Amino acid sequence: MITVEVRLFATFREGREKKYMMELPKGSTILDVLNKLQIHEEEASIILLNGVDGDSRRELSHGDVLSLFPPVGGG
Amino acid sequence: MYGYMGKILRVNLTNRTITKEDLDFELAKKYLGARGLGVKIMMDEVPANVDPLSPENKLIIASGGLTGAPVPTSGRYMVITKSPLTGTIGISNSGGYWGPQFKATGHDLVIFEGKADKPVYLYINDDQVEIRDAGHLWGKTVSETTKTLQEEFEGCKVLAIGPGGENLSLLSSIINDVDRAAGRGGVGAVMGSKNLKAIAVKGSKKVPLYDEEKTKEVSRAKVQVLREDPVASGGLPSYGSAVLVNIINESGILPVKNFQESYTDEADKISGESLAEKHLVKNSACYRCPIACGRVVKMADGSVVGGPEYETIWAFGADCAVYDLEAINEANLLCNEYGLDTISTGATIAAAMELYEKGYIKDEDIAADGLSLKWGDPKAIVGWTKKMALREGFGDKLADGSYRLAESYGVPDLSMTVKKQELPAYDPRGVQGHGLTYAVNNRGGCHIKGYMISPEILGYPEKLDRFSLEGKAAYTKVFLDLTAAIDSIGLCVFSTFGLGLSDYVDMYNAVVGDIYTDESLLEAGERIWNLEKLFNLREGIDSKADKLPKRLLEDPIQNGPSKGHVHKLDELLPEYYAVRGWDENGIPTEETLERLGLEEYKGYIIKEMA
Repeated sequence: MITVEVRLFATFREGREKKYMMELPKGSTILDVLNKLQIHEEEASIILLNGVDGDSRRELSHGDVLSLFPPVGGG
Repeated sequence: MYGYMGKILRVNLTNRTITKEDLDFELAKKYLGARGLGVKIMMDEVPANVDPLSPENKLIIASGGLTGAPVPTSGRYMVITKSPLTGTIGISNSGGYWGPQFKATGHDLVIFEGKADKPVYLYINDDQVEIRDAGHLWGKTVSETTKTLQEEFEGCKVLAIGPGGENLSLLSSIINDVDRAAGRGGVGAVMGSKNLKAIAVKGSKKVPLYDEEKTKEVSRAKVQVLREDPVASGGLPSYGSAVLVNIINESGILPVKNFQESYTDEADKISGESLAEKHLVKNSACYRCPIACGRVVKMADGSVVGGPEYETIWAFGADCAVYDLEAINEANLLCNEYGLDTISTGATIAAAMELYEKGYIKDEDIAADGLSLKWGDPKAIVGWTKKMALREGFGDKLADGSYRLAESYGVPDLSMTVKKQELPAYDPRGVQGHGLTYAVNNRGGCHIKGYMISPEILGYPEKLDRFSLEGKAAYTKVFLDLTAAIDSIGLCVFSTFGLGLSDYVDMYNAVVGDIYTDESLLEAGERIWNLEKLFNLREGIDSKADKLPKRLLEDPIQNGPSKGHVHKLDELLPEYYAVRGWDENGIPTEETLERLGLEEYKGYIIKEMA
């Protein structure tokens, strides 16, 4: 098993926690996390794996930090 | 040509004369309105090297062809002048309701010249225009000024400066509708230098439309696009621009402690999510805006006021290591009331904190003020903001910005500025294209005139690798030109989260006449960008000023997800000049000037640069 820190932002926090420490089987991907949280892949507009762009098929490693955002803008 | 009211007001404050001139429609066609037309007038009417705070500088307040028209986000106007902070062209934009109301008086723009011998305000009630005494308003805050004028002149909209502009702070802003700001470049000080306190407007005229039915139809379609766009209809109304705090931090490009660090574990305390959870009363919208990104917040004392934007939260928050939204709300309110630019004010306090940390500013220098310059002190951001506006004690030294402050200690490199204007809330070492827009910006350090964060972080209109240099110069050029066009037609750049170039052409053509194509509107933006560049070159501000602070070029990011990166400006700049059609010194070539219809300035550059 691996442990991954999952951080949720903006509307993803509605009905969910801000942060999860997730225990996952080895070989789990970002998509597995999205499924677990019931977030549609297309809703996750910005996926940052350890602060850089992550692809939903990417396999996770122990200690990874995954930050998930819906579409956002500002400035 | 429709969309314009066809009249320019010229107010000479020295002689107290008011004249009305016909708008030159050929110029409006070529330079659009607002920003473009204002820059053209500055270029042709103001000679080189005037002192920005002297009567010889002019202050232009201008609407665009779409300002006040029945299309989405048409509440914008521009302030155009020579900036006292940067010495460059000063171009500052604001929303709210004042711009459309001004245009409804039947005027497209007003040019202020000279200097009044005592405080005055301008009264415009449709065709009735008067210079009136403002002795009773001088020294008053923006909300007091607004209230007084609205009692004297029922139903008027008010644009005003606060004590910051009166005291000629180079960081002072012009505020309209109590809490919307033409913030950057020290435009408030230009107004203050002319003894002009406010402009009160009330109008009853309608913007003439080329095709009323088409305008309605196009407008409905664009509103629908914005309502369906997930950013414009979701993130922005729910969390305001401060929705960015977390994503910028998670990307490791949130500048902390004057850009010494680029990530903090405490960002969520000052995020848009926290603001919404703890302080937000409701959101607010500018004129005809379906996005409504504005914040209305409850203060600690129970009062309800306009809340902070992302840049403000960063400047007073992470940049000063203050993770306290109550204090940030307070500093934001003071900036609105006293008329200061929130970005430059917060960032100047941050620079002062670093100067204190490094021993340049000593305890005895600030002892009499009763305030600290310690990182993370919420009392400091509130206290110094007020002292800066009033030029009290050490606040007087801070009131002219971080560049002049750091330079006075012999360490200008500790000022995080471009062309002496404070950089906004993104560390360019982790967003290469955005860093290029900082370096080349005609008005100095600026994020909004070419927002490369959009493709590099947010994924609009497509996702670009933020660390890569490939194609960034060309992309940046298009963004800078498009923003110049949007500013000049009178719409809000936030509409770009949902709309594209063709959408603007559709709206502009329906209102002004079938004149533009995608190419010609974007080219008008490019023409405006080049004209601004020529203005700066005339002032002796050349490619040597197209640079970033040394820290961002030489010191790798210390912490967080972007650790180890520097900005590679030296590699990007030559490519940028080339895609612009400028020579290696960043001067537009004769061919480029001809292509853009700026041939009248050909000999001029040689003459002025010699």
